[in-house]
Order: sequence, then C-alpha cells, then structure tokens
Amino acid sequence: MNQSRRAFLKSTGLGFLALAAPPSFLVRAAGAEQDRRGKILVVVFQRGGMDGLNVVIPFKDRAYYTLRPSIAVAEPAAGEERAIDLDGFYGLHPALAPLKKLYDGGQLAIVHAAGSPDNSRSHFDAQDYMEIGTPGLKSLPDGWLNRCLGEDRRAEESPFRGVAVGAQLPRMLAGTAPALSISSIEEFRLRNLTLMPALQKLYANSSDPLLRRGGNSLFDAMQRMRAIEAKIPPSTATYPMGRLGVGLKQIARLIKADVGLEIGFAEIEGWDTHVAEGGATGQLANRLKELGAALAAFHQDLGDRMEDVMVVTMSEFGRTARENGNRGTDHGHANVMFVLGGKVRGGKVYGRWPGLAPEVLYENRDLALTTDYRAVCGEVLARHLAQRNLEKIFPGFRAPAPVGLLV
Amino acid sequence: MSVSLTSEQKTVHFLNRTSFGPTFESVQRVQRLGARAYLDEQLEPEKISDAVAEEKTAGLKTMRLSTRELFELYPPTKTAQAQGDRASMAAEMQQRRLSLQELQQARFLRAVHSQRQLYELMVDFWSNHFNIFAGKGPDLWLTTPYDREVIRPHALGQFRDLLLATAQSPAMLFYLDNWLSSSPNAAPMRAQAINARRGINENYARELMELHTLGVDGGYTQEDVREVARCFTGWTILRPRNEAEFYFAPRMHDPGAKTVLGTRIPAGGGMEDGTKVLDLLAHHPSTARFIATKLARRFVADEPAAALVNQAADTFRRTDGDIRAVLRTIINAPEFYAPEFYRAKVKKPLEFAASALRATNAETKVTHQLVRYLGRMGEPLFLSRPPTGYADVGAAWASPDMLLTRMNFAVDLVGNRLDGAKVPPNALRDVPALVRLVAPDSLSAETREALAQASEKEAPALLLAAPEFQRR
Repeated sequence: MNQSRRAFLKSTGLGFLALAAPPSFLVRAAGAEQDRRGKILVVVFQRGGMDGLNVVIPFKDRAYYTLRPSIAVAEPAAGEERAIDLDGFYGLHPALAPLKKLYDGGQLAIVHAAGSPDNSRSHFDAQDYMEIGTPGLKSLPDGWLNRCLGEDRRAEESPFRGVAVGAQLPRMLAGTAPALSISSIEEFRLRNLTLMPALQKLYANSSDPLLRRGGNSLFDAMQRMRAIEAKIPPSTATYPMGRLGVGLKQIARLIKADVGLEIGFAEIEGWDTHVAEGGATGQLANRLKELGAALAAFHQDLGDRMEDVMVVTMSEFGRTARENGNRGTDHGHANVMFVLGGKVRGGKVYGRWPGLAPEVLYENRDLALTTDYRAVCGEVLARHLAQRNLEKIFPGFRAPAPVGLLV
Repeated sequence: MSVSLTSEQKTVHFLNRTSFGPTFESVQRVQRLGARAYLDEQLEPEKISDAVAEEKTAGLKTMRLSTRELFELYPPTKTAQAQGDRASMAAEMQQRRLSLQELQQARFLRAVHSQRQLYELMVDFWSNHFNIFAGKGPDLWLTTPYDREVIRPHALGQFRDLLLATAQSPAMLFYLDNWLSSSPNAAPMRAQAINARRGINENYARELMELHTLGVDGGYTQEDVREVARCFTGWTILRPRNEAEFYFAPRMHDPGAKTVLGTRIPAGGGMEDGTKVLDLLAHHPSTARFIATKLARRFVADEPAAALVNQAADTFRRTDGDIRAVLRTIINAPEFYAPEFYRAKVKKPLEFAASALRATNAETKVTHQLVRYLGRMGEPLFLSRPPTGYADVGAAWASPDMLLTRMNFAVDLVGNRLDGAKVPPNALRDVPALVRLVAPDSLSAETREALAQASEKEAPALLLAAPEFQRR
C-alpha cells in the first residue's frame, strides 16, 4: 500500500480496514488523493516586461511589420533568422527553436494577448499585482501561489511543498503557508555539521513557539534533503548559464528526489528592452535563447516525470506595439504565455487575436488583452492541481470561458 | 519569567533595545552612568564623537556626492545593453549599483561601530517607516541623498519636519508616483508624454495616511484619499535624472477647493494645499497614536501594552511630535523593564548581524559579503519593495531559510570565515562573559547544557545560533 493511502486510512480512523479489502469508496478517494499528490506546478516569472509580439510573431497581421520597421522578425521562409511557422499565422522567434519540437509534440501550448488586465505600466506595481493575484488591488498580504498551498493543508507536510529558487521568497509565494526559498540545494546545509545535533535539540526544545516551529521545519527539511541528496540522479540535460537555468535545474532535482514539491518558482530578468531590442538576433534574442534552452533542458531532464509537471511562464506586461525612437519598445500591456507539460493540449496558439490596427490597440499603443493570466493559471490550478477554491486564490475573478489548455 | 529583572538583565535588556546589541564597553558605561543618563547622552548624538564609524565609512565616496554628481558619474547608460554584450552589461550594472552598495555598507558599519547607537537605530526605524525602494528606476541614485538629507537630519527631531522632508523628497515623489499626479484638466506636459497618463495618482495620498501618519484604521475614507491626492497634484520633480529637486508645478495642480478629514481647504491654495494636509495629518490624534504604537513596538513588544502606547501618544501630542520626548516616555517607563518583555522581540537581520559582531568585538571592514548575508536573511537594505518597509514583528523573521542563514552567519563569524569581519581570539575564549552579554542568568537549561558539552571552539557559534540570541 502506498504512503498516501495509508495516511488517508489512518486519518479517517479506519486503519483496521486496510487488513481486509477496504470499501471501494475509500479506495477511490485515496486513489484520487494519490493522483493529486504527485502534481507539480512551476511558475517562471520573466521580470522586466517581455516583448511578446517579438516572441510569438503574428506574421500574417501585416500591421506588425508597419509598426516595427527595424525590429520585426521576418516571416517564415527558407533560411535562418526568420520566424518559425507555427500555424500559418503565428511564428516562433528563431532563438526559441528548441521549443518547436515540444510544440509539435503537443507538450507546449501558447496563449497570445494574455496577461494582467491592470493598466499599470510600472514594473513595480504590475509585478506586485501579478504576484498578489488581484490586479489593481494591493490589500491582500500574500501571493497567490502561497494561497494555493494554504488551501490544501495536510497533516504531514513536506517542508518542500513550495520552493522558490533564489535568496528571497518572491511575493507570489510569500504568505502564511510555509514556503522555502533555497538559493541552492548544495548550500542548504549547516556549515558546521558538528553543531547540527545540538542546534536541532535546542530549537526542538525551545520554549519559544515561533523559533521552535521555524527550527523544526528547517532541520526537518535539511534532514530530508541530506537523506535523498545522494539518491538524486544527476542531470541528464545541459542547462544554459544564468539564473533561470540554475533555477530550473534545482527544481528538477527536487522533483526527481520526490521530496513532496508541489509548487516551484524560478525567474529570469532582463526583458526591459527600451533600447536596441534587436529582431531575429540581438538583445531580446539572447534572452530568448536562454529561456528556450532552459525550458527545453528542464523538459529533457525530467523525461517521463513531465506527465506530472506543468510549467507556466508570465511577465508583468508586454511592450508597445510600435517600436520607439531607440529601436526598442516601451512598457505596454498584453503579452504571450507558455504552458508546458505532459498533460497540455499543446501544438496550438490559444487566445483571441485582437489585431494591431490603430483603432484596436489598447490605449492607442499596446496589444489589447483577450485572456487574463488568471484564466490560464486558474485552469492549471483546477485541472492539474485539483484546486477547488479558485475564489480564494484569485478573489473576485471568474474566467469568462475555459481556455481549454489541458487534456 | 515572573520575578523582576536583575540589575544585570536590566542593563542587557536596555542595551538590546536602545542599541544594536550590548558590548562589554557599553554594559560598563550603562552600569557607571545609569540607564537614564546614558539615554540622555544617546538622545544628543551630535555631542557624541564618532571617530571610529567616521573612519570606517570614510572610503565610501558616493556617500558624499550630490544627486547630480551621482547621475553624472554613474549614468544609467545602455551602451553595453545595446550591443548585447553581457559581460559589459554586468560591469555597467555593477557600476550603477555602487552608490547603493556603499550606502548599504555604511548603514551596516554604523550599526556595528557608531557610538550614536540610538540615533542609528532611529535612522533605521524611519527608513522603514518612510520606506522607498532603491530598485525602482532613478531611486537607485536618489536613495543616497534621501538617507543623507531627509532621514538622518530629522531622525530625532520633530515628526512634522521629517514628514515634510519625505513629502518633498524626489525619492519619495518618485517611489509613490506623486511626481506624475496631475489635475485631469492639466495641460499635457512634455515630461509626461511617454509613460504617464494625465490625471490624479492616489498612490502617495493613500500611503501617506495609511502608512506614514494616521494608520489604516486612523479614520480616513476613500474620499479623503482622493481629496488629499488632489491637494498634492503638482508636487513633482524637476529633472528627475539630473539634480532631481522638488518642484511645484502650478500647471499640474488642481486649483479647486478640497475637503480633507472634514477640514475645508479653499480654492487657489496652490502648493500650500499640500503643506496644509501635512499639518493636519501631523497634528491628528490618530497619527500620535499610530507613531506611538510603532515606536512602542520597536522598543518594547510586538503587541505593546495599551497604557504605554497611551502615554507615548500623549507625549507626542503635548510636544507637537517631538521624537526625543516620545522615546524618553517609552524607554523610561516602568513597563519597559516588565519581565514579560525581556527578550520579547525577534531581531531583524540587521539587528542580528550587528549584535553578533558587537558581542564578539569583531573588527569589521567594508565588504559585500556582510551586506549580502543580510539579503539572504531577508533584509536587503533599502530594497523593500512594498511601501510598508520591513516588518517589525517576530513572525516575519523566523522562516527556515532565514534561520539557517543566521546559523551559518554565526558559524562563519566564529570560524573567522566571514569576509570583512575578524573576531579577536580572546573574545571567544571567555564564553561565560559572552553569555553575560547575551542572556545573563537567563539561558535555557538546554542551551546551558549544550554549551557545556560543546568544544571551546564551537561554544560561541552555538550561542550565537541558539534561540536566545535571535531575540533581543
């Protein structure tokens, strides 16, 4: 009998039934619990405002070429340095070539004209709104990923349920439910192991409830980590240099180590391309190369485990439809999101295309928004993580219609 | 602990609350002068010579540069970015961040070495109360002058002066967007052409009442937020990426009459609308109570007793917001030494790290590693993104990763592996003396036993990593 079923039966006080054949409703319930247990969501946050229009290029919308005389990516045709055709309308930036295979294999879905509905063009506010999960409102103290963990408390909690790679817990994962930020698995250890037993005892026996709780989770997490560390198979993939590669590599290790990870968070900066953005090559292309390589490496690294994993990318806002006077773009509105995973209905670009004609641009300058990022995330939460209470996670939001991203 | 504190405990408690941690020297001084006289001395920092801290920070040249010089010497250039050259991009970024790094180092060095401990602690307190985020656009350059010209001159002065200084500081005007706030009928301005939408921005008005003065339950309405925002239209920045000075732009101002918290502000007041609002708020009873509560929280307990808050609020009102007088009321109150408040506060990372260096008498130099450690403990200085600043309640500072980082800090410090801090060997040999600085006659039985069993080399690290040392 597997762990979770045993825990379930014990907690219902029906443990004795495990000796005989358990009633079928219990088997079903425990089975559903087990299905949910292994599911993992990884959020990749692209800080700085990615220029979605140059990432998934609407090459059939001729306005795109009019608006961007010096930075447009050429439409698909033979040869390099051109968009890679996805469906006859949209093309993938050539620096994202490693993702084309995943798209064709049905594991990568794209949502265009998606993002946060708030019209703030401040990085600071727009990131906050996206992370709190209530665009336009800053009153909630916690992030929406933390509320996901809080909605689903279990008796035997893994200290690794929610992990962000980095020094600080991002707003999205911060809140009352325990979540860890780990700069690196290798460094998640006491630098003088001889002190470990004494300190563990001091914190466990402390009369100080706050420090006792923090200390107990810490030593619990360190011990589990040490116990499994040696068993973590080495990465079979080559991750690119940079923060995202490091982040996804660490998350993949935690997933393979089966430490109870449910939510992972990694980030990549450098999308604020006001000046000399570049087209098929250049500044943005360099960022995309890193993004594409990191996502592809993660996918390869996890292999079959991708069946249980879903990766969602997001950025605080898109950029102006028109290029500016410095061959770059300024802060805009709607953007593009990627959803990657074994259970994704991929190979398709989702979302209604609002067009780029002057009269349909948002506030006369930006790609209009047709899919709220919360509709995308909410669907993943409901269908993949079996979250029932979306109203708690995204208060005041209700998706107008399903996006249809999941199998 | 129900009996009253011993004299030794009182001294350590007093220094834990009024400085960045007791040292052998400061304990002796308090014992000689008495806590009251020591406090009087600390409340006049300008009379305390501070050679060590000055010498330690003398090499931090950006600390003395004007805003214009900072922008000129460390311009926000984008050449490397334009060329897509990541190595020079990183170098440029590094260069641009120099003033912030030096400011972080100065804050840290002063916390450890300044003789004006209470003053430095109040500078830290107000930096959080009037938080700005150095990572937001030009605030990277504006934070140094903000610290030097806004917070430090008024940290022990009159609250109203401090409030006005923050309201007119380019750093705050930018951070809370008031520089863009304009009457919806204002003529479009060139400076606003790109990012801004014309119209009122309520951001500053709201935080001014919620976080800087009245407190969230201080009795204002959404209508007040809007009216206050109207009063502050036109409070903007002249040349934000050059000398960046406060500037009142009549063209952006909403000239109509306003009503704020029931007080009518007649039409045509111009810039005075804003100063009237600040006077109104600075003298409002909710502000007295809110500031008194936050100070009592800093100096006494996460949930300070109502009686003490009332006394402090009375002093605030009676003295027209004299910060020194309010501190005297709180620190000289008998409740200050109540046994239930002994070690009741969890140290913030800055307080933890500085107190560890002070207790071990470490020779501290300017290094990035020390400052980076604070970031990993959750308090990267001047980089709190939300306008609330860093929390002053224990629950915010006890996450597993934060505790681990504190433990490793202690291990590295005692093992002399901390770049920039050198602990003299004799400071570690006398563990009982160290215990008297940390928890005189008040270690838990477990900690006593663990120290007794630890090797001579490990005992000090164990003490600094133990639960007792995480509190003050």
